[in-house]
Amino acid sequence: MSSLARRRATDYTVKAISTAFAALALLLLAWILWTLVIRGLPALGPHVFTRMTLPPGAGGGLLNAIVGSLIQIGIALVVGTPIGLMCGTFLAEQGRNTQVGNAVRFVNDVLLSAPSILIGLFVYQILVMPFGGFSGWAGAVALAIIVIPVVVRTTEDMLNLVPIGLREAAFALGAPQWKVVTFITWRAARAGIVTGILLAVARAAGETAPLLFTSLGNNSWSLDMNSPMASLPIAIYQYAASPFEDWVALAWAGALIITVGVLTLNILSRLVLAKMK
Amino acid sequence: MDATLSGNADPALVSARKPTGRVSDPVFVGILWGSGIFVLILLGLIIAMLFEGGLPALQEFGISFLWNTTWNPVTEVFGAGVMVFGTIFSAVIAVVIALPLSFGIAFFLTEIAPGVLRRPIGVAIQLLAAIPSIIYGMWGFFVIVPLMAAYVQPPLIEWLGPLPVIGALFQGPPLGAGMLTAGLIMAIMILPFITAMFVEVLESVPPMIKESAYGVGATTYEVYRNVSVPYGRTAMVGAVMLGLGRALGETMAVTFVIGNATRMSASLFAPGSTIASTIANEFPEAAPGSLKLESLLELGFILFVISFIVLALSRLLVRSRLKG
Repeated sequence: MSSLARRRATDYTVKAISTAFAALALLLLAWILWTLVIRGLPALGPHVFTRMTLPPGAGGGLLNAIVGSLIQIGIALVVGTPIGLMCGTFLAEQGRNTQVGNAVRFVNDVLLSAPSILIGLFVYQILVMPFGGFSGWAGAVALAIIVIPVVVRTTEDMLNLVPIGLREAAFALGAPQWKVVTFITWRAARAGIVTGILLAVARAAGETAPLLFTSLGNNSWSLDMNSPMASLPIAIYQYAASPFEDWVALAWAGALIITVGVLTLNILSRLVLAKMK
Repeated sequence: MDATLSGNADPALVSARKPTGRVSDPVFVGILWGSGIFVLILLGLIIAMLFEGGLPALQEFGISFLWNTTWNPVTEVFGAGVMVFGTIFSAVIAVVIALPLSFGIAFFLTEIAPGVLRRPIGVAIQLLAAIPSIIYGMWGFFVIVPLMAAYVQPPLIEWLGPLPVIGALFQGPPLGAGMLTAGLIMAIMILPFITAMFVEVLESVPPMIKESAYGVGATTYEVYRNVSVPYGRTAMVGAVMLGLGRALGETMAVTFVIGNATRMSASLFAPGSTIASTIANEFPEAAPGSLKLESLLELGFILFVISFIVLALSRLLVRSRLKG
């Protein structure tokens, strides 16, 4: 075989393998989703949303887990979003090319990828141990620490897309900095910032590890933030590992709910981001 | 600090023109700085609390806690050896599997795929990263573990087990759950992260360099291999490190499929445990103030140090390249 023919053959082979790899990745995604649909859909019925978690065989649902998750995510957002928004604004407006800014950016990147179970351990130490018990508050705070770095990252990226000229125009009119940031920069980047918050919700909704030792999970109805609180990921974790068929089925139903929610949020935010860039 | 947004304007002039912001601006800027500092303090606090929480265990067992392979809740002798080994072993398996896939997919996305398909396929692969870890755990436990036990592991044990040296990797009963399965699942999870950064780096390669290689007759693959990849090498190593860092701390997926045995084995099929899976499994049984709890916190601290080093390295490599 001539050298050219051999090089062409290599080229085709590598292209074929690469295409196969891409197809494999798509296939894996389809496989996971298919598994969720096949196992989750039959178990999904109105009872999942209307009944509490009950002992095996009693036909329970996931209502308290879903409500618990929503409450904890809601509080995590209320706590985490302002901090993340302000910190992201700090990085984009005050911290460009400064030592402190670079340090904060670095630390935020570490927080973004740090093992989430360690955040659970940390919150256990600061909120569970000293206050004598697992609580919804501890779970919410753990999720807030998951939310913050996601919001910081997207806020900074989005504010960096806002043209400097826009800010200068506002400054030239005599606007103070707080007005420039809140009325001009934030407003211009609004869609992107909201996207970041959506992504943070998606991330927090699926997190299990940080809740294990903070809100713990709860098999009965409880809206008391000072006591252990149920959440969807924890309920899935408990049920999936159980030997009871109806519990496992319920776990699949919960897994389907979470995945559909998380993927919808992700696709939505990607659509918005694509429009912005 | 005046290199902010007013460009080169004289700070005195700027402030003179801001009658309405005399009080509110310092407050606002103070809040911005406060939140920035808050994030710094948050990480500092996390490190401090994990260190402080695990300190009693370190004092009890000494520095040999790091490599001691005993983990016995009955006799209250604890060592991190098995878990540190399991954490690194499973994460390395994940990277070894994910790396060639990422190279291929990045090649596909940047050079082969038709323009219209690039974005949708890229987004679909990114969705793999969005699926929560616990879903991977369930899928791995109910779908992949039985497949591994029935179809993958028995032939591998039969064919590769008797071989010298590498045979040690393929020993033991085909349980399905174990290091390889954990590595495999994590490979799927970190694949989108590595691929996305690869694509970003490869797209930043100046077209001129690639075109000159095409000009002298190189094939698409030759340009990829000899021009694009070497150009982005540093950042690509950083991307792999990010994948490794993610795999090191992965908890829920691993807890489902690694088998959770506190024994050490060189075999890919042996059940094992990682730091994160041990914490997830044993924390609920550890009484507050017990030596076990302190040992688990110390494990957490070790995991933090390992992932911090890997993530910091990753970031340095990626940034150094992007700066130019």
